[in-house]
Amino acid sequence: MIELVDPLIAGDRRALARLLTAVENERGGIEVALSALYPHTGHAWIIGITGAPGTGKSTLVTELAKAYRAQNETVGILAIDPSSPFTGGALLGDRIRMRELSGDKGVFIRSMATRGSLGGLARAARDAIRLLDSAGFDRILVETVGAGQSEVDIARAAHTTLVIEAPGLGDDIQAIKAGILEIADILVVNKADHPGVENTVRALKAMLELGHPTSRTQTVSHHRQSATFLSSNGEHQDDSWIPQLIRTVATSGECVTDLVGAIEEHRTFLTQNGRKVMLERQHLHTEVIERLSEQLLKQVLAALPVDELNVTLDSLQSRTLDPQTAVKHLLAQHAMHMAK
Amino acid sequence: MTDKIRVLVAKPGLDGHDRGAKVIARALRDAGMEVIYTGLRQTPEMIAEAALQEDVDCVGLSILSGAHMALVPRIRQLMDENGLNDVALLIGGIIPDEDIAGLKTMGVSGVFGPGTNTADIVAHIHQLIGTKSG
Repeated sequence: MIELVDPLIAGDRRALARLLTAVENERGGIEVALSALYPHTGHAWIIGITGAPGTGKSTLVTELAKAYRAQNETVGILAIDPSSPFTGGALLGDRIRMRELSGDKGVFIRSMATRGSLGGLARAARDAIRLLDSAGFDRILVETVGAGQSEVDIARAAHTTLVIEAPGLGDDIQAIKAGILEIADILVVNKADHPGVENTVRALKAMLELGHPTSRTQTVSHHRQSATFLSSNGEHQDDSWIPQLIRTVATSGECVTDLVGAIEEHRTFLTQNGRKVMLERQHLHTEVIERLSEQLLKQVLAALPVDELNVTLDSLQSRTLDPQTAVKHLLAQHAMHMAK
Repeated sequence: MTDKIRVLVAKPGLDGHDRGAKVIARALRDAGMEVIYTGLRQTPEMIAEAALQEDVDCVGLSILSGAHMALVPRIRQLMDENGLNDVALLIGGIIPDEDIAGLKTMGVSGVFGPGTNTADIVAHIHQLIGTKSG
């Protein structure tokens, strides 16, 4: 793996592709390569694109990529589609919408399947983003799967998160429900040429007005803490970003320049007053805690005597032990094991 | 985690009939593989580049236009230029029997015409790729 590091930094696309596979497969030796590449990351502006299936994410990603290419910026795209929970197979079809981008050496598209656990995907996606970053791409577009918790996770690796909506997907109550809309830095109402777009825009606008600023301060604790900064003249200023609402028609490229502009505004906002540093620190905090939990869990499980878990489950089922005490016992066993 | 078999399913050339390609993509998916489906009217350059970016183990081409004797060597050549000599190339579609031997000398590992059992294609890929899961 380590022999692919230098070619990747030099821009070898095959090396990048093979390292991406190694990340997905958690192949041995990949950690060493990732460690060697980590100092080369931090260049790219990472944009997460999420939203329900069929809202036009892939088409919009294509239009964004075209816009960035027109500005002479290079673009790495990570397009994530679901794996079958039954067979483990996947049909990755995001490239179909991106055919206009093929043949351009300034664009690299990689399709990724969700595979097993969501935690595993978040880790693989973060590592894949770092590979694209160290390969020198200016913009990295991460397109998540259709719906669910995983998209919220992946947004935690992005600088700017776009949530794509389309007309006809739900009423105004859907718009004030918790979850995906809360993570949006920019809300995009795509398919703005379809009927019902006014209703969708109105519902989302009302949601933004309801939500700002107090509820966001409390609910978006991981992704983007709203905080109070001291400005240069010593005054307190409110530091929350008010999500923008942009209408687009991705299939014709209409209003994509508005979207590019909104992303730049968000970027300018973040790069002021050390907000970007703070955001990246939160992302790293989340990541370290997740990796630590994962490793600790592995260690604890590995240290348990064979069958200990089964014995514990027996006791739980016969009601001679409760789950809280059981966990304490298991941890105590691990502590004993470590002490030896 | 075990390695997954990754397959690129592509339709080069100008014919617009992709039902066969979709059936194959679905069958490979159901066999546990990760299938990257690229859609209609792909140029040889697009296919070779997608195969490189996606780091696939094999490429399946669906050709019903009769242009296989022109398209296949071009795609194989571009793949080899991309350093993908070890990536297998399979073909399905309308291929006359007398062309099969010629295609195999061009570096095609298998030719699958109408009526092929999808299980045979899955078995063929497993045999080519060996130990990976899926």
